[in-house]
Amino acid sequence: MMLGVLTQLGSVTLTRLAALGRAAFFVGQVLGLVVVPPIKGRLIVQQMHFIGVRSVLVIALTGTFAGMVLGLQGFHVLTRFGSEALLGQFVSLTLITELGPVFSALMVTARAGSAITAQIGIMRITEQLDAMTVMALNPLRYVAVPNVVAGTLVMPLLGAMFSVIGIWGGYVAGVLILGVNRGTYFGGIADVVDLQDVTNGVYKSLCFGLVVLLVCCFKGYHAGYGAEGVSKATTEAVVISAVLILVLDYVLNTVLL
Amino acid sequence: MTPAAPLIRAQGLHKRFDGQVVLRGVDLDVMPGEVLAIVGRSGAGKSVLLKNLIGLSQPDSGAVLVAGEDLHRARGRRLSRLRERFGMLFQGGALFDSLSVADNVAFPLREKTRQSHGQIAEVVTEVLKSVGLQGMDDKFPAELSGGMRKRAALARALAHRPEIMLFDEPTTGLDPIMVRAIHRLIADTQQRFQYTAVVVSHEVPGIFEIASRVAMLHEGALLEVATPDAFQASANPVVQQFIAGRLEGPLTPT
Repeated sequence: MMLGVLTQLGSVTLTRLAALGRAAFFVGQVLGLVVVPPIKGRLIVQQMHFIGVRSVLVIALTGTFAGMVLGLQGFHVLTRFGSEALLGQFVSLTLITELGPVFSALMVTARAGSAITAQIGIMRITEQLDAMTVMALNPLRYVAVPNVVAGTLVMPLLGAMFSVIGIWGGYVAGVLILGVNRGTYFGGIADVVDLQDVTNGVYKSLCFGLVVLLVCCFKGYHAGYGAEGVSKATTEAVVISAVLILVLDYVLNTVLL
Repeated sequence: MTPAAPLIRAQGLHKRFDGQVVLRGVDLDVMPGEVLAIVGRSGAGKSVLLKNLIGLSQPDSGAVLVAGEDLHRARGRRLSRLRERFGMLFQGGALFDSLSVADNVAFPLREKTRQSHGQIAEVVTEVLKSVGLQGMDDKFPAELSGGMRKRAALARALAHRPEIMLFDEPTTGLDPIMVRAIHRLIADTQQRFQYTAVVVSHEVPGIFEIASRVAMLHEGALLEVATPDAFQASANPVVQQFIAGRLEGPLTPT
């Protein structure tokens, strides 16, 4: 009985350690290939379009409504303390330092990350990655590196876009609907948001972009057998990315603030 | 006259997956210029053996020597140079779905050689013609039938003129006429490009028409390696049952 439990424990530990080792090896290889030529510039631009440009609509939609919710909620909370004049500060700081980077990363995970995992996973199970290996080419250079580079580069832009659109969403809810003074709303933003808040948001987005794309590429690259393997890899990629975004957000906050 | 050295030599290959033994000490020589067919029941380890021969799967023990060089110990440039001697036709073709047929065929040339666009276009036209796919350059893999996909994949594998071609069940899922057409294509391209071929196949007796030798893999080990005539005349009851496809005999359908 005792031996059985120990064997089970040992086997689980070994499996987890092996998975961790595989992940570390993958990250090391991908980051190494980012700096070792030949760099696939065309693929990077293509993926910047896929991850970035094609996420604009969803970022605009979620940004608008996140900002409107912030405007609405903020107004009601601040009114209790007679401080509705601080609405602009509240909305902008929340978006620039927190919601912009976090929500945009979550949206990119859901829209582009899941698609990338599924695509690489299908390439794995249909032996397209093996075909590259047989051609004496490293598949990571074609399927992982362009995504990781593109994702890291476009995430700060999407985060910034989310924040700016969100601030306008807050304007619609707070100023146009609830009647806060327009000058107070925008004047407050200029007073309180300093460069460090903006750069902190950018740093966060850079980290989220790197981590999300590494996770999504890794899961696709090591997808299991068949349709079930790809579906499991895709689900895991989205869940792990979402959890890591929030954990990393906390860690980065403690470092940056 | 000394006999020619084998181009590929597998020595004592052992492989297991999750406790299940797939290969138990396979020794196999592939001679230059021959077409070696590897036959056996489903799950006998044929595809695993093929993947070990090109380094897509690592054996637990044993070695694969390609022209005397240990493939599984080679790293970096040496491994690349060894792999460049190979071409492989995968079971499903493994064409890149986001690229057209012509781009698929051109892909290894663009990535691995310094040939100009014009030279690459010439090679693409030539190999597509040699597999009977002239004029299909702009089609995408999803628009092709099963047989055409295999042809396109063969064209891609042949584009860099490999010395050794590996075929992983090239005729699975095709109708009998297409099976014969693909066999004929393998024989024709082998004549034309002078490669050494290892063909994993279920097509018995069809595969005997193009094979120089036949090796039967059974329960992870080689049961018989012989010329097609000698193989068909084998006294081994397992070989005979396999060729005839009989239900009665030492092999049980599982």
